[in-house]
Amino acid sequence: MDIDIIEAFNIHKGLIATLDRANVDTDQIIPKQFLKSIKKTGFGQGLFFDWRYGLDGKPDPSFELNHEKFKGASVLIVRNNFGCGSSREHAVWAVQQDGYKVVIAPWVERNGTRIPGFADIFQNNAAKNGLLTIELSESEVGEIFQHIERSEGLEITVNLETQSLLVHTNPEISFHFDIDPSVKEHLIRGLDQIALAFEHENAIRDFEFSHNVQISIQQS
Amino acid sequence: MAETLFDKVWNKHVVKNISDDYVLLYIDRHLIHEVTSPQAFEGLRLAQRTVRKPELTFATMDHNVPTDERNVIRDPISKIQIDTLEKNCQDFGITLYDLNSEQQGIVHIIGPELGITLPGLTIVCGDSHTSTHGAFGSLAFGIGTSEVEHVLATQTLPQQKSKTFRVEFTGHLKPKTTSKDMILKLIGTIGTAGGTGYVLEYCGETVSALSMEARMTICNMSIEAGARAGMIAPDEATFDYIACSDRPFAPNGEALDQAIEYWKTLPSDEDAEFDQTITIDASELVPQITWGTNPGMVTDVTGQVPDPSSVPGYSRTDIEKALDYMGLTPGTPITDIKVDTVFIGSCTNGRIEDLRQAANFMKGRAIAPHVNVLVVPGSQHVRKQAEEEGLDKIFKEAGAEWRFAGCSMCLGMNPDQLQPGQRSASTSNRNFEGRQGKGGRTHLVSPEMAVAAAVEGHFVDIRNWT
Repeated sequence: MDIDIIEAFNIHKGLIATLDRANVDTDQIIPKQFLKSIKKTGFGQGLFFDWRYGLDGKPDPSFELNHEKFKGASVLIVRNNFGCGSSREHAVWAVQQDGYKVVIAPWVERNGTRIPGFADIFQNNAAKNGLLTIELSESEVGEIFQHIERSEGLEITVNLETQSLLVHTNPEISFHFDIDPSVKEHLIRGLDQIALAFEHENAIRDFEFSHNVQISIQQS
Repeated sequence: MAETLFDKVWNKHVVKNISDDYVLLYIDRHLIHEVTSPQAFEGLRLAQRTVRKPELTFATMDHNVPTDERNVIRDPISKIQIDTLEKNCQDFGITLYDLNSEQQGIVHIIGPELGITLPGLTIVCGDSHTSTHGAFGSLAFGIGTSEVEHVLATQTLPQQKSKTFRVEFTGHLKPKTTSKDMILKLIGTIGTAGGTGYVLEYCGETVSALSMEARMTICNMSIEAGARAGMIAPDEATFDYIACSDRPFAPNGEALDQAIEYWKTLPSDEDAEFDQTITIDASELVPQITWGTNPGMVTDVTGQVPDPSSVPGYSRTDIEKALDYMGLTPGTPITDIKVDTVFIGSCTNGRIEDLRQAANFMKGRAIAPHVNVLVVPGSQHVRKQAEEEGLDKIFKEAGAEWRFAGCSMCLGMNPDQLQPGQRSASTSNRNFEGRQGKGGRTHLVSPEMAVAAAVEGHFVDIRNWT
């Protein structure tokens, strides 16, 4: 049984905006006052609310995403460890509902270990909702940042099928990205994961038959 | 093949391999609260689905609830969220500990209290601090709302196996240093993303010597190092905690003996291999305090506010932004930083042992005149226990406010918030910008450090404090 649950993703072309910060936590992406809703909609206006607006309630002109050249952007490029902190899925809903289809972040190397571009739970929540998260290297992200800084509005084409990005500079530059094959399939086909799990109903039932949840001992 | 604690719990819960990298993992316990569950229930209703195993899901109200009084929720939007949880639990047959319940409290405090949390189980909750329950040797991690819906409907989750990271603490803690200092030190060392993609296993003589409460503080903050889960092998302290008092959902009698026999097989095999390891000498540890806007921006209480160009792992701009937000000048001794608010509570440090230690430090002292102190027990059970021991009197006599259970000022979803520019010493887990209120400035510390700051009005090195 295939139920389309999220908007299927294939190719997206749009304006790209920068947020030049690392470790952006989900408290910044969607502050607490917006978490009281019982709906899945209406979160776009809360995106980066405390950064977007000053204490006087007026838009803060020093905040990048308030700049005129990013108006209408649908791709966001940020620094490493985006979406850390709270598990609130409202953060992904807010990013999407403010118009973004793709977020790009760099993985970085620190003391010989690879630090991911995205925090675990955020990336997971993004995939469930059809928000594409793309990891590039630190130098690739740095290069895109530089091009955006020099331009008055730069467009980018994201092709999930071919796992490529085309930045519409003159001349154009392209990048390849890696993605978890299961996530890719999920995004392209837009399937309902719960329906997929129900296809394993017999396996779940068999498992439950022999698994003692009270103390987790397999009964003989 | 030699297995880690994580491998053992994982393998016991694999329903089926569903692709090269993913398995369907069975979930033994599902905890829910009012903030991250309403959309999941809405999803179930829209698809005309039901809850597969309502007896394995437990609900409480914690994030939004008022702590100054129990029965009046002044914020109408919070009230709708709380009422919605009540209705959802009724409609789907889920056990709920509501505001009138003696068992109500922060979801991660009541799970262990009620015996819902046990070794070897898989436990999830739509809250990142679900890692707390790993202190019992369970695999416990935070999930998003889509996953909450998935667990309600199927009692499983598609999961990719994490890598393993062994965190060993050696030596004995010096007096007045705590497990909070251990975990803050780790996060300062590996960074807020150093654990991303890993399950941490805490071990070593320092960890073995800790109480269950202190172990929970460590596992609780695993997520602040980026790790969805942190685990500690079950041992006699774990079994005693489960066996000793009234834990309605824990096995007892013969079932408990049988369970303990199984739990004793869970610790990592001696020759088990980990993808990464780190060893930290706990005997050298001094009280820790955060100075920045994430839990990795932390230093010794003897330290200074850092120079923006001298913090490894961060760009100069990141540190400048953090110090600007915090209103701090590089070179300022940590002990010169003044506070106006102190918060003692949260799923990190809101258990009875935390309140006992805080009260022990507070006893016979008075809070500095310009400081407001909020003591918020992690559960109504903790509140009752504290009152029986007279801890509430100690706090109140010193000038602190004694509250009802809830998440409170840890995230300020209820009215307990910092005002712009206010500065807190907080026993909670996140010092993110605006976390405790827009424009508020948070320093994370242990309960003992928080009490000393409350009395003196600024941070002090509690090792020399008499």
